[in-house]
Amino acid sequence: MKNLLKNMTLQLFDRRLLAQIDWAIIITMAILAVIGLMTIYSATYTRNLYYYDRHTLWMIIATIVFIMAVIVDYSLLERFSYQIYGLSILLLAAVLFLSPAVAGTHRWISLGFISFQPSEFAKLALIIMLAKHLSGVAIPKKGLDLKGLVKPVLILIFPFILIAREPDLGTALTLFLIFTSMILVTKVSRRTITGILLAFSPLLPLGWSFLKEYQKARILSFFQPSSDTLGSGYHLLQSKIAIGSGGFTGKGYMKGTQGSLSFLPEHHTDFIFPILAEEWGFIGSLVLISLFFLLIQRGLNTARNSKDRFGFLVALGISAMLFWHVTINLAMVCGLMPVVGMPLPFLSYGGSFLVTAFAGIGIIVNIGMRRFIF
Amino acid sequence: MKTFFPDKEPSDLIGRLVVPLAVAAVVFFILIAQLWNLQVMGASRYRELSLNNRVRLTKSTAPRGLIFDRNGIRLAENRPGFDLLVVPEDIVDWNATTSKLTEMVDITPEMIEGRVSKARKRPPFEAIKIKGDISWEEMARIESAKFRLPGVALSVGPKRSYPIGEATAHLVGYLGEVGDKELKQNGEPGTVPYRLGDVIGRHGIERALEDKIRGRDGGSHVEVDAVGREIKVIKRFPPIPGNNIYLTIDLGLQLEAARALEGRAGAIVAMDPKTGEILAMVSSPSFDPNRITTGMTTKEWKALLDNPMSVLTNRSIQGQYPPASILKPITATAVLEEGIITATRKIEAGSSFTFAKEKYRDWKKEGHGKINIYRAIVESSDTFFYQVALELGIDKLAFYARGFGLGEKTGITLGNEKSGLIPDRAWKLDTYKTPWYRGETINASVGQGFMLATPIQLANAYAAIANGGTVLKPKLIREVRSQDGTTTETFSVEKVSKLPLAPSTLKLIRKALKGVVNDEGGTARGLMNKDFVVAGKTGTAQVVRMKERIKDIEEVPYKLRDHAWFVGFAPYEDPSIVVAVIVEHGGFGSRTAAPIALKVFRNYLVRVKEGSPFKPTPPELKERDRVTVTGASAVATGGEV
Repeated sequence: MKNLLKNMTLQLFDRRLLAQIDWAIIITMAILAVIGLMTIYSATYTRNLYYYDRHTLWMIIATIVFIMAVIVDYSLLERFSYQIYGLSILLLAAVLFLSPAVAGTHRWISLGFISFQPSEFAKLALIIMLAKHLSGVAIPKKGLDLKGLVKPVLILIFPFILIAREPDLGTALTLFLIFTSMILVTKVSRRTITGILLAFSPLLPLGWSFLKEYQKARILSFFQPSSDTLGSGYHLLQSKIAIGSGGFTGKGYMKGTQGSLSFLPEHHTDFIFPILAEEWGFIGSLVLISLFFLLIQRGLNTARNSKDRFGFLVALGISAMLFWHVTINLAMVCGLMPVVGMPLPFLSYGGSFLVTAFAGIGIIVNIGMRRFIF
Repeated sequence: MKTFFPDKEPSDLIGRLVVPLAVAAVVFFILIAQLWNLQVMGASRYRELSLNNRVRLTKSTAPRGLIFDRNGIRLAENRPGFDLLVVPEDIVDWNATTSKLTEMVDITPEMIEGRVSKARKRPPFEAIKIKGDISWEEMARIESAKFRLPGVALSVGPKRSYPIGEATAHLVGYLGEVGDKELKQNGEPGTVPYRLGDVIGRHGIERALEDKIRGRDGGSHVEVDAVGREIKVIKRFPPIPGNNIYLTIDLGLQLEAARALEGRAGAIVAMDPKTGEILAMVSSPSFDPNRITTGMTTKEWKALLDNPMSVLTNRSIQGQYPPASILKPITATAVLEEGIITATRKIEAGSSFTFAKEKYRDWKKEGHGKINIYRAIVESSDTFFYQVALELGIDKLAFYARGFGLGEKTGITLGNEKSGLIPDRAWKLDTYKTPWYRGETINASVGQGFMLATPIQLANAYAAIANGGTVLKPKLIREVRSQDGTTTETFSVEKVSKLPLAPSTLKLIRKALKGVVNDEGGTARGLMNKDFVVAGKTGTAQVVRMKERIKDIEEVPYKLRDHAWFVGFAPYEDPSIVVAVIVEHGGFGSRTAAPIALKVFRNYLVRVKEGSPFKPTPPELKERDRVTVTGASAVATGGEV
């Protein structure tokens, strides 16, 4: 162990490593984080600075985690992938069966001064475990067949069910999307895809009956405005008013009216984007989306250049996670998708996901800078 | 097939990154297009909407489902009423508005302040209810001064009213405004949230079936001008009305039962022994649910709660009384089934029975002589049952009593039902940490001592005797119908158990119960009549143990008088109704409870025979209201004797 640590420290100060650090992705992330902090301040300062202070605290924690994620050789993640995955399942089970319900859901583990959501950690654990598995098996030329998919599906299913039971529809959906992205890039044979689609299409209405009332209401309110419960449709309308009223150039920082006057619910978490869009206008939205695109592009680039399959798949998985978060969150607040709980990376208030996102970028940097070290 | 070498390099995967990048680009492009749509194309419209925070959320309350009796007569309905609201953000001058409102409406500045501060956490554009159900005059005053009162609004919505009033008060229940408790539970998944100012069922059916009756509120997103006047409705969400509830109650019988119990404290339960349907359920003294629902002053409410007669208690399911001699048929069933005694064996049932140096009295000074079990039930001999029960033991007695559904809730669709108490050895040891004394079995055999039962439990037990040994779950709801009539939920007969008793045993018990009413020396001879044959049992539940036998009830202070029971069924040959009557501190069951039961039997059996379902005429309803009001107050004063 001592040797290992020494080795790691040595490696970090290896010039070759520093030279390979992807500063572009780090700077992009830093800009996004600062934008997030500013927007949370603007959204909540009229009432109190609680959220701003907490978010700053989380930002410090996230930065420490980020540095650790960069330093520790990512091959350790591969070596300990089973342990990481097992721990995440244990935490999910603990939170589901042991922790008290907050607003009817079991999501949080309290560490005294701070509480975190194991479901966030589970996203990274899933990526690592899937990468470990997929990098160790032969992929047939035509792609994975049904048999080849059994193990990946098993890896997905445990955290997925535990999270869906919490219930946390948004995160469960993210896990599924990360999984799908990773296996599709790894390649799945066309016959298998067609088969699965055909087999599952009749099951769609059945899944409906497993959803909780409020989840149904959210989905229905999107597809069928007439069955809208007053509330969620109203949120969506207010979200659109905030975004739309920003216009081309925006109302100016801290000059937004919709968010600070509490028209928007959850305006510091899932609905943070409308605040930004109102104050910075279309220009601001464009800049933000470009930054996210840059982030994802750098992530995929790291995957492309990584020295091994594990690194490739991890970088891909993390990029996919960020992509789906951004897409679903923005589509939701713009009225292109039903309302599901899905934070916007680096911007939304919420410590667990901030740490996860920072750790994710850290791992990507880690993979990138070790691409020539064998 | 290609041989697999553990090739660590992702060379075969690299080419596959083009698609994800392209997908990301396309998706982000779509997002940008939508943002262009909102922020550039839609900017002027959205900016206008945002300028004065112009969109308001108005609520339209879903009408609560109606409650009917079995023949479709309304027990709970909705009438239009007006609420006074303020929208904090549109109020220009709080002081001026407050003083104007106090002039026009019966309300104090403190009440306004209290309401507003309660809603402080809500966004300022949401209306706050200041006073519910204001009078017509108040409404007119506000309406005419509306232009001088920015931020003040009226909303019209359904208000609850109970046309029958006191006679169905405990059964149908009443509404109250939601409290902090309900508002805190709002996050619970699977529930439709309540909002400040909403009403919620607080008692009876209104409470038990809240989720079915409530419906789902609708509302509108409304664009308003600077003073809060509506310009245009952006989106409307129609409210979904609650379901209508059809009870098993027969209102005619219910009113007759209430009338029969008038001026006394007690309860009546009438049920159909074949289906378990509750035909009438009355508790007295009663209260006016309309007053509670439209809002009482704190003082009035406190007076109601502090009333020594516990007016709000539904005695038919919450009143726990010693079952007294009503239990004897069950004790008899137990000793017959267990072979302690045969149907024909006679034993000496004297004026008292001595066990362990303690003297246990019979109610009849002269004693009953040498009698068999049939006569023991007919004459309601105590000493007979003391002796056989002593041999039977308490655990066996408890076993049979529980078999008939005593000692546990019947499960009727009403909240707060009490379970009564059937003691046995284990219970005594557990509760008092002392062993069971056999002398206590003697008390238990005639339903005294620790034993407690509710009127509905006894009605249900006698229904099982009447129908040949099937214990049913009492049923209060016939049908739940959606208001557009598209869906209907019906409820079938629910059997709890079929008692494995010898048919001859139950037959003997039924015959003996007929004897109680129709034989020479029976204790309920007053129920004998030419129209139908009643079978049943009287009971006199001791409140305190009297040293001497009581001749004249009037000599004893009210609170110390015995409770009077009658439980029975009719017609004997093919029972269609079971009636349980308890009159608190009514003295002997035969004198007080039995005549009340007869009125109930007669109303049901004669009316049904004539084939005329009860139809109330408006004066009939009015008359009822007036009479029950005085009736309740008479009882209330009686309680202080």
